[in-house]
Amino acid sequence: MAPRKRMAMHNHAAEASLFKRRAIFTFVCVVLLLSVLLVNLYHLQILSFKDYDTRSNDNRIRVVPVAPSRGLIYDRHGQLLAENQPFFSLEMVPEKVKDIPATLDALSEVIELDEEAQQDIIDSLKYHRRFKPLTIKNRLSESDVAEFSVNQHDFPGISVEAGLKRHYPHDGLMTHVLGYVGRINDRDQNTLQLSGEWKNYAATNDIGKQGIEKFYESLLHGKPGHLEEEVNNRGRTIRTLKSVEPEPGQDIYLTLDLKLQQKAMEILNGRRGSIVAIDPQDGGILAMVSSPSYDPNQFVHGISSKAYSALLNDKSRPLINRATQGQYAPASTVKPHIALLGLEEQTITEKTRVWDPGFWQIPGVERKYRDWKRWGHGWVDVNTAIVDSCDTYFYDLAYKTGVDKISNFMQHFGFGERTGVDIFEESAGIMPSRDWKRMRYNQPWYIGDTISVGIGQGYWTTTPLQLANAAAIMANKGKRYVPHLLKSIKDSTAKIDTPIDEMAPVELNNPMNWDIINESMKNTAHKSRFVDAGYTAAMKTGTAQVFSVAEDEKYDADTVAEHLRDNALIIAYAPYENPTIVLAVVLENAGWGGANAGPVARALLDEYILRDSWRTQ
Amino acid sequence: MGSHNQRPNIWQRLHIDLPLLIGLLALMAYGLVVIYSAGGEDPALLERQLVRIGLSLGIMFVVAQINPEVLKRWAFPIYIMGIILLLGVHFFGEINKGAQRWLNLGFMEFQPSELIKLAFPITMAWYISKFPLPPKKRHLLGAGVILLIPTLLIAKQPDLGTSILVAASGIFVLFLSGMSWRIVGTFVGGVLAMLPVLWFFLMHDYQRTRVLTLLDPEKDPLGAGYHIIQSKIAIGSGGLSGKGWLQGSQSQLEFLPERHTDFIFAVIGEEFGLIGSLILLALYLYVIGRGLVIASRAQTSFARLLAGSIILTFFVYIFVNIGMVSGLLPVVGVPLPLISYGGTSMLTLMTGFGILMSIHTHRRFIDR
Repeated sequence: MAPRKRMAMHNHAAEASLFKRRAIFTFVCVVLLLSVLLVNLYHLQILSFKDYDTRSNDNRIRVVPVAPSRGLIYDRHGQLLAENQPFFSLEMVPEKVKDIPATLDALSEVIELDEEAQQDIIDSLKYHRRFKPLTIKNRLSESDVAEFSVNQHDFPGISVEAGLKRHYPHDGLMTHVLGYVGRINDRDQNTLQLSGEWKNYAATNDIGKQGIEKFYESLLHGKPGHLEEEVNNRGRTIRTLKSVEPEPGQDIYLTLDLKLQQKAMEILNGRRGSIVAIDPQDGGILAMVSSPSYDPNQFVHGISSKAYSALLNDKSRPLINRATQGQYAPASTVKPHIALLGLEEQTITEKTRVWDPGFWQIPGVERKYRDWKRWGHGWVDVNTAIVDSCDTYFYDLAYKTGVDKISNFMQHFGFGERTGVDIFEESAGIMPSRDWKRMRYNQPWYIGDTISVGIGQGYWTTTPLQLANAAAIMANKGKRYVPHLLKSIKDSTAKIDTPIDEMAPVELNNPMNWDIINESMKNTAHKSRFVDAGYTAAMKTGTAQVFSVAEDEKYDADTVAEHLRDNALIIAYAPYENPTIVLAVVLENAGWGGANAGPVARALLDEYILRDSWRTQ
Repeated sequence: MGSHNQRPNIWQRLHIDLPLLIGLLALMAYGLVVIYSAGGEDPALLERQLVRIGLSLGIMFVVAQINPEVLKRWAFPIYIMGIILLLGVHFFGEINKGAQRWLNLGFMEFQPSELIKLAFPITMAWYISKFPLPPKKRHLLGAGVILLIPTLLIAKQPDLGTSILVAASGIFVLFLSGMSWRIVGTFVGGVLAMLPVLWFFLMHDYQRTRVLTLLDPEKDPLGAGYHIIQSKIAIGSGGLSGKGWLQGSQSQLEFLPERHTDFIFAVIGEEFGLIGSLILLALYLYVIGRGLVIASRAQTSFARLLAGSIILTFFVYIFVNIGMVSGLLPVVGVPLPLISYGGTSMLTLMTGFGILMSIHTHRRFIDR
């Protein structure tokens, strides 16, 4: 056989030793290649261990931030003004739902979800990442929650999520003070990133947008906690490794007196205007009303663009905080301050008398500045000038004092400057001066301008808060505080009062002058509106022209369009001997100050002073 | 040799090589421990693997009883049948996971490439050992034809892993037969020259992607690179001593894909660290060493070449698998021998070890 023949040619020993050499060679190769594997493993497991260990932990550990609960807001007596309410929403993870339109349709049989809402959800899917939960419905009612929970098994990928949402139980009562929270937007995010606070907002949806909510955001927000969860490759939580509780925001107490605020709002009854009440003992704001107002709760849940544009376009401008942003001519309410300056400068004395024929003229000039009383007040001294609000007396006084002194003096009472109240929405108003006019209008100051300033008109504008603050300084005989809303902060254990910000007092050469003016204001009150009050009070009204009336014309409220009618103002405080409340009231286009703002002041002081006296009894 | 004159002991009479068996059993036991962890502590999985191990040991035992001369006689006909079956797969095979590998025989699914894996080195050894060694060029040419037909047919399925294993087993026979270094050099040079051709004309897109992924897995971390990245993270985070049995987060939390089959080495790296990997490599080296000793002691060129080829192919499994799992080689479907969960490869491998044992224990029946 052929194979056998070939077999004969084999040299077995040579073949065996050839094989052995090759086998040894391959064994060496095997060892070398295994060494390559080993070196690679050494590189992975020893040299790069830290890196891979980190990446392995990144894989398996998910850090879930937990939002802190927002601090509550109370009034000075512990009445709740802003709270957190449990809130249920329906969330869907799009990638876990097979047929979304069909599912939504089925869902509409369980909870209310109309076709429009369904279409909105389908539309918004385009801009939504498939693995992130999408809110299907906000503010689920309890029956919705119950109904859905029973049928939950029919809706994989859809779940009820619970959270806390800000709620303002008094609706629009003090929107301008509290402000509101709303969804964090890009601007908020930028601000937070700049201040380095952004890391604390990982789990937070809402942020203070206005008012106290914005000003004290850092107190109210708190510090987030987190959960470290172990997750598998599909992101499902296997177990919680570590849990760090969030630090809730601090509860704060405002200086507001809820009852007084309610009373003030009730009296305004939707009319355009503002009321500010301050405790002159420390500058705490007892009430701050801007009317009309609006419900802040609609902003918390995201206001519809329709509702928002309605607010924006409302002619009575509810979005503005009239108390701190409304700028009104102070009119006669600043006559006491002007008179005080006259006494201090010795331009007048307590006894100085001026003849009022019903008008006043700059010496040598034909033009007549009219008194509100056409036939004049006759001989008036400083007391009568304040009590009867004699314009002529103050035209003369302003003329003699000059704008420089007036402007300088009024700044001590806070006119033309922000008071520094603890909300951001505040305007400075205008305390005109020569420099100011040149800057603003590039015009020189005319004597006529000074005459208008003498009765709180012309370029002079103030906010109701400034007015109340100036009145408080008067009532305090020069003691000054920064008006503020924050009374105390609740620590984990105790309520800690925030320090009172006392400013350098206004000092007079002759402190007796305080008494002369305050006495006149008391006389004003008790000769008119407070004649039958069961307590002592002081006041000064004002009627500010919105519309200039020609020299010889008579102003007739009935013939002037409503928005051009006079603003009615008043400042008042009580009790006279030891004031505990100072008020400023501005009623837009309401007409005569004494007749319209007067009753408002009386009603509020009655509420506050008499209620307090009842309480002590 | 010394054993000729001694009375055969019980193991020799059973045709079992004890040192080799101990190595194999140690590896299988190691595999069971790891599969239990990688498979999510599923006792059913362990049970099925145990059945496979039992079956494989049975087949090894049966094969060990067959005289190598019988294998030599049947090698070529089985090879021809394998080629016919491969062609059958090509025309009638079932498509599974995008590759045509299975032949449905009605009562069972059968992978002809596994048959070729066994029959091919036997055929090769038979063919080469017919001629005096080292082989002449014309014989090498014939061997080349025998080698290329099944390799290309399997690569066409496509099953790159198996075709590499088959080709390697043939090349080992040729190399061990003593083919001249110049031809070896020419061959290696030829392969290198062929690489661009392979890349541009023969490889499928998915195979090219695998190679590219190997070079930069981070480019597509959630797609093609995912396997390699997760596997490297698992191994790397194991460190020196590992995270502990059942404690590997990558495998227990299912970040690691195919963790009880092809990627099981990553579980070893993660849970037992570098030390665990070293133990595994040492066991493998021991088995390979024993295999080469058996090959060297064989009495005929046929037996030597066959044994050498079988044991070196075993090494190729190891190298390709660990290289792939630890990010040195592209992803190729090759299991970690005797460790990975799964039946076919274990049966094939143990048949091979059965042949080794047969070669070693039938020596005295062969006369010079």
